[in-house]
Amino acid sequence: MSAPMLDVSGLTRRFGGLVAVDDISLSLQPGEIMGLLGPNGSGKSTVLNLISGALRPDRGSVRFNGGDISRAAPHHIARLGVARTFQLVRVLPSLNCRENVLAGVAFGRDALWGQAAEQRADALLARVGLATRAATATTELTYIDQKRLELARALALDPQLLLLDEWLAGLNPTELQEGIALVRSLRGEGMTILLVEHVMDAIRSLCDRCVVMNAGRKIAEGAPDAVLAEAEVIRAYLGDDDA
Amino acid sequence: MKPAFLLAASAIAVAILATVPLYANGYELSLAITLMNYTVLATAWTLFSGPTRYVSLATVAFFGIGAYTVAVLAERMAWPWILLIALAVGVAVALIVGLSTLRLSGVYFVIFTFGLAELIRQIVTWYEVNVTRTLGRYIFVGIDPADIYWQLLGLAVLVFAAGILIRRSRLGLALRVIGDDETVARHIGINTTIAKVALFALSAAFMTLCGAVMAPRWTYIDPAIAFSPVVSFQVLIMALLGGVHRLYGPLFGVVPLVLLFEFLLARFPNHFSILVGLAFMLIVYAIPQGIVGFVERILRRRGDAA
Amino acid sequence: MFVAAVTSGLVLGGMYALIAMGLTLQYGVARIMNLAHGELMIAAAFAALWLFSSAAVNPLLGLLLVVPAAFAISWAIYRLLLTPLVRRAPNRDALEVDSILATFGMLFVIQGVMLVMFGGAYYSYSFLAFPVTIAGATVAANRLLALAFAAVIGLGLYLYLTRTRLGTAVRAVAVDPNSAPLVAIDVRATAALAFAFGGALVAAGGVLVSMFLTFNANIGVVFTMKALIVVIMGGVGNLLGCLLAGLILGLAETFVATFVDPGLTLATTYALFLIILLVRPQGLFGTASR
Repeated sequence: MSAPMLDVSGLTRRFGGLVAVDDISLSLQPGEIMGLLGPNGSGKSTVLNLISGALRPDRGSVRFNGGDISRAAPHHIARLGVARTFQLVRVLPSLNCRENVLAGVAFGRDALWGQAAEQRADALLARVGLATRAATATTELTYIDQKRLELARALALDPQLLLLDEWLAGLNPTELQEGIALVRSLRGEGMTILLVEHVMDAIRSLCDRCVVMNAGRKIAEGAPDAVLAEAEVIRAYLGDDDA
Repeated sequence: MKPAFLLAASAIAVAILATVPLYANGYELSLAITLMNYTVLATAWTLFSGPTRYVSLATVAFFGIGAYTVAVLAERMAWPWILLIALAVGVAVALIVGLSTLRLSGVYFVIFTFGLAELIRQIVTWYEVNVTRTLGRYIFVGIDPADIYWQLLGLAVLVFAAGILIRRSRLGLALRVIGDDETVARHIGINTTIAKVALFALSAAFMTLCGAVMAPRWTYIDPAIAFSPVVSFQVLIMALLGGVHRLYGPLFGVVPLVLLFEFLLARFPNHFSILVGLAFMLIVYAIPQGIVGFVERILRRRGDAA
Repeated sequence: MFVAAVTSGLVLGGMYALIAMGLTLQYGVARIMNLAHGELMIAAAFAALWLFSSAAVNPLLGLLLVVPAAFAISWAIYRLLLTPLVRRAPNRDALEVDSILATFGMLFVIQGVMLVMFGGAYYSYSFLAFPVTIAGATVAANRLLALAFAAVIGLGLYLYLTRTRLGTAVRAVAVDPNSAPLVAIDVRATAALAFAFGGALVAAGGVLVSMFLTFNANIGVVFTMKALIVVIMGGVGNLLGCLLAGLILGLAETFVATFVDPGLTLATTYALFLIILLVRPQGLFGTASR
């Protein structure tokens, strides 16, 4: 096997007395899609925040393409090629759709500016299905379109690794199928993706491997179907009786 | 076609404004200087605080640094050198303050900048009393009001030019993203600290120069005059009244308020403070978007209806 | 000299703590950063002066008039002037900035009214100004009395907040305004109450300060600034933090004035403030949450 693109080991983060992330290790190969699952409050989003630099770990390391990024500033990590979306969708309200994407284009890896940047922004909008909305104010977008826009902005960084935080949550069945198809098409381009997700359909159809967390710890890892069948995973989600 | 037209129109406007000292009488010129002074200060304030939404009350800290540098150096060297030194001091202070404070969240930044002007005033006062043993200083430089006016006009042109250039640059976009959502800004690769500090320093540079240019207006200067906190608040209120999301917004606040203050001070000198306070509250309650935002919203509503 | 500095530092610090407790209630619970706080204090000081000199009302009795009046006025200010801002603010940051701007306007209005009534001159009056000797140092009786009253009022507030139903509601809103309604707490009413309490406290501080300090119509801002410093040092919403931070500030100022240079007291205050903001923005006794 080649060297992992992302290599997280022994990652730990406390908030006061609560250990939100407790000794988590995981690694992603280039081109792989990994699902990070677990009940609410199990620390999944905190892991993404630690990888993307929003938070700093108390212990452990995060290596990206071999370099340690566990103490790096978020903007530095973004420029190395790690892009993310947010659990509660965050578009930039006073910028229109094209400007939202342009912001990613202008500051990410291989940042562009001027005409080339605008062309790239428009191409990305088309890519996520917002070609006609370039000049639209973000406040007029539907929820799914805001999510598309956020994805386009993340892709604008030209990332190698994409962190999706419940990007498929809250979509209706049709939108969900579109969303899954969109993520799958990214994999087709060789992008490496770590996604935090609750939607089981999406996990089964997208992920090569899954890591399941409960109360900050890793309780299972493996292929989606195998992992979801494990007793401890079922117990974590449903409680003791159903195991 | 259109940008060229705007450029030509601006050039003509500046040329007309430049002729004011040729025919204005003493009072009119003095009013024009006040207008120009606040135009520079409020626009420089908006340069930083408009896009980032950090409310700064440090305006007078930098203005006062400029004015005091002139007071100290007045007869010792040529005027351009004095301006250059004032600029260097102002920018140095801005960089130190910016690097140490711009990670503070909203309200703490406001209070910090408020305290900053007071702190500098106290230190200057103490230094003057204990070291130089002169609390006040007299400024004798051969600069007449017309010169001051032209220099301010030049500064105003520079502030607007800087604002337009920034708005069209990557830095301008970075600042708008920061103003909207600083977390997102960091995660799309913007070094928010550098962007904010750079603009804070640029804004402070204009304020410092403005203070330096204005200093010869007073023949006597002391820390209480140079660092009067009222200036910070007047600049803030003018910028807010005009509207801070457009570069030209503050102009619409500067002109009416300078005239209003002038009128109030002449007619109701004893009730000035009450009336200014009421004006301030009226603006905060009635037109939080500023005049420009207010007019734009009405125009947009008209547009939707049509 | 040392004992004298400690006693007057404690008296001053007690006053700072009292007015800062008022501000921390207003900011911690009602989320209003009240820049007119010091103006209300000076207004109360003028009220005490006026009662004492024209109606011969003892300032301690004056407290009984001035404090309830300040409570009522503050409550009305919150209900009439600040509630619209609370309603329109999309989030907490916006409310903070709006409240700073609005109360700044109020600062000018109140200050302007006092300037019209009293001019810019310094005022003081003589009440229980005889010296008392403690541990070899002489202190004016009015200072000790002010400290004692501040202690009683502060303790009363603390007991009220920790031992009563309404007090518990106030603390609940301070901790989590979004969850408080879930346990049937009326957040707006509670915020108004806290804001009014803050006004009452600062008015009490004003009356007590007027017994031993000279004051003028312009000096309110200085006290607002000091109260802010104490609030931030102590950790927003933390009453005990306020008390300790107030005493620290009072002692620091008095020591600098006594042993270094009286001209540097204000600079000390601000320097202390800037350092705290930079090093521990959550306050000396606050927990990191922001």
